[in-house]
Amino acid sequence: MALTTAPGRTARTGPAGPRRTRRGAGRARLGEGLAGYVFLSPWLIGLMGVTAIPMLLSLWLSFTDYDILTPLTEVRWVGLANYERMFTADPSYWHAVRVTLTFALVAVPLKLAAALGVALLLNRTWRGVGLFRGLFYLPSLLGGSVALAIVWVNMFNRDGAFNSFLAVFGVEGLPWVSDPDWALETLMVLAVWQFGAPMVIFLAGLKQIPTELYEAAAVDGAGTWRRFRAVTLPMLSPVIFFNLVLETIHGFQGFTAAFVLSNGTGGPVDSTLMYTLKLYISGFTDLEMGYASAMAWVFLVAIAVITAVFFSTGRFWVHYSDGEEDR
Amino acid sequence: MTAVAPARRQAVRLLVLLVIVAVVLYPLVWMVGTSVKSQAEIVNNVGLLPERFTPGNYTDGWTNFDVGFGRFFLNSAMVSLLTVLGNALSCLLAAYALGRLRFRLRKVWFTVMIGTLLLPGHVLIVPQYILFRSLGLVGGDWPYLPLLIPHFLATEAFFVFLMVQFMRGIPRELDEAAKIDGASPYGVFRHVILPLSRPALVTTAIFSFIWTWNDFFRQLVFLSNLDDYTVPVALTLFIDSTSQSAVGPMFAMSVLSLLPVFLFFLAFQRMLVEGINTSGLKG
Repeated sequence: MALTTAPGRTARTGPAGPRRTRRGAGRARLGEGLAGYVFLSPWLIGLMGVTAIPMLLSLWLSFTDYDILTPLTEVRWVGLANYERMFTADPSYWHAVRVTLTFALVAVPLKLAAALGVALLLNRTWRGVGLFRGLFYLPSLLGGSVALAIVWVNMFNRDGAFNSFLAVFGVEGLPWVSDPDWALETLMVLAVWQFGAPMVIFLAGLKQIPTELYEAAAVDGAGTWRRFRAVTLPMLSPVIFFNLVLETIHGFQGFTAAFVLSNGTGGPVDSTLMYTLKLYISGFTDLEMGYASAMAWVFLVAIAVITAVFFSTGRFWVHYSDGEEDR
Repeated sequence: MTAVAPARRQAVRLLVLLVIVAVVLYPLVWMVGTSVKSQAEIVNNVGLLPERFTPGNYTDGWTNFDVGFGRFFLNSAMVSLLTVLGNALSCLLAAYALGRLRFRLRKVWFTVMIGTLLLPGHVLIVPQYILFRSLGLVGGDWPYLPLLIPHFLATEAFFVFLMVQFMRGIPRELDEAAKIDGASPYGVFRHVILPLSRPALVTTAIFSFIWTWNDFFRQLVFLSNLDDYTVPVALTLFIDSTSQSAVGPMFAMSVLSLLPVFLFFLAFQRMLVEGINTSGLKG
């Protein structure tokens, strides 16, 4: 708009006009460039002070034996000792890796399956969708809290509500949360219980699928299952991908429930020693902050690698209709 | 779907949904029920409802520790509300720059911001603790600064991203019109973007509040005096005291701690559900 009006005005103001407007436009662009950095400055300071510098600090610390008690200037450089210890001399580290992978590999697919299943049910329901959607979403808001972890632990106690439910069917339950074989499973159930957030995203994705596709498939004689396989799944694959990446990364970081269940120890017998809990114990209970920093960096690299793997395999199964629409 | 499904299929579907609702709500109802059971009933009656209504757990829990829960609630409220303020303010500024203004390296910064979206907070906790401690901010007179400072510096990329996405929907003609009227980028921000961004600000405020209210990890790390504890950290004190007698009060305080989130949910249900939709999908 500014461009279309400018020539008219310059024509009237004579030869000095164009130069002035060009210089004015240049100044405006300069002003906007400056304004950009003014508005960006809090974020930039945060990026440096809260993210980048701490990351570099932690990289350096991971090669030292820093504990919070000695001053930073007297820290001893230990080379790769922390990493060596982690990979070769600390069985509980590998245990934490195993616990975290197990948790993510089981809980995330189950959670997404529940989310997709309920979304499909809701998508076809004609009334009360909003109410159901809200009710199913509620656990996602509450489930990460300490309070709910407390409830969960008590529900899966020897004399908790879950066992009294089993007793109805004549099954005698276990003290699930204090049994090393089952404690992690109760945390998985807690994660699956929070299927509401990915469900809402699935629902939005389902709404985007054009009904003509289903009609065309029905005309071709496709049954319910075939329509799901040939229309719903491919059309929904970008949303499935989005949820999968998000929930996996989220799953790796589970902390609160494991902390509450084990009172911060990762027990019983390290069965709920999630990676972040191991990191917390090393850094803030044992005060081995160099060691904890090494752990944090391995965690970061692992998450980056897993995300990269997701994105590179995504090409083969994520289907974007009519090409990329990115920006 | 265009074709109307047979009534019986709909009925089955509804029935399945109701069963799922029951499973989903059971733990919550059970929590409330247990919070008003007497000590004897907590052991003997694990059903949903108490035989005798025992509200005493609430008063017992409120004063169970040397510091009352009133203090913990105040601390939590203060941290959460200030976090809301910080996030809304700083993320809006960053989003305006990244989403609306043209300047050198904008694309690079935008990519960096997207990169920090997936950065797990646990990775940074150790060095942040060391830095804040070396600045004398950990366990000081006002120990909440390490919790709050990052939020005043737009480090929660999720909200920056949400607001950038939202601003893409504001017609650019409005900016141009304001510029013709002589508005600077600051004027455009003040008179066009700020008033029109209200929905995104409200979504950010609600999510910030709920997430901070429920947050445990950072508060556990940075708060060390009982007086400074927030509700989630205080709740873990119940786990330490192994005595069975504290179960009722523990449940009562757990219920109270979830109440603000629940009220937010009731008040803003639609907005919350739609908020997570606008955040990531429209690419």
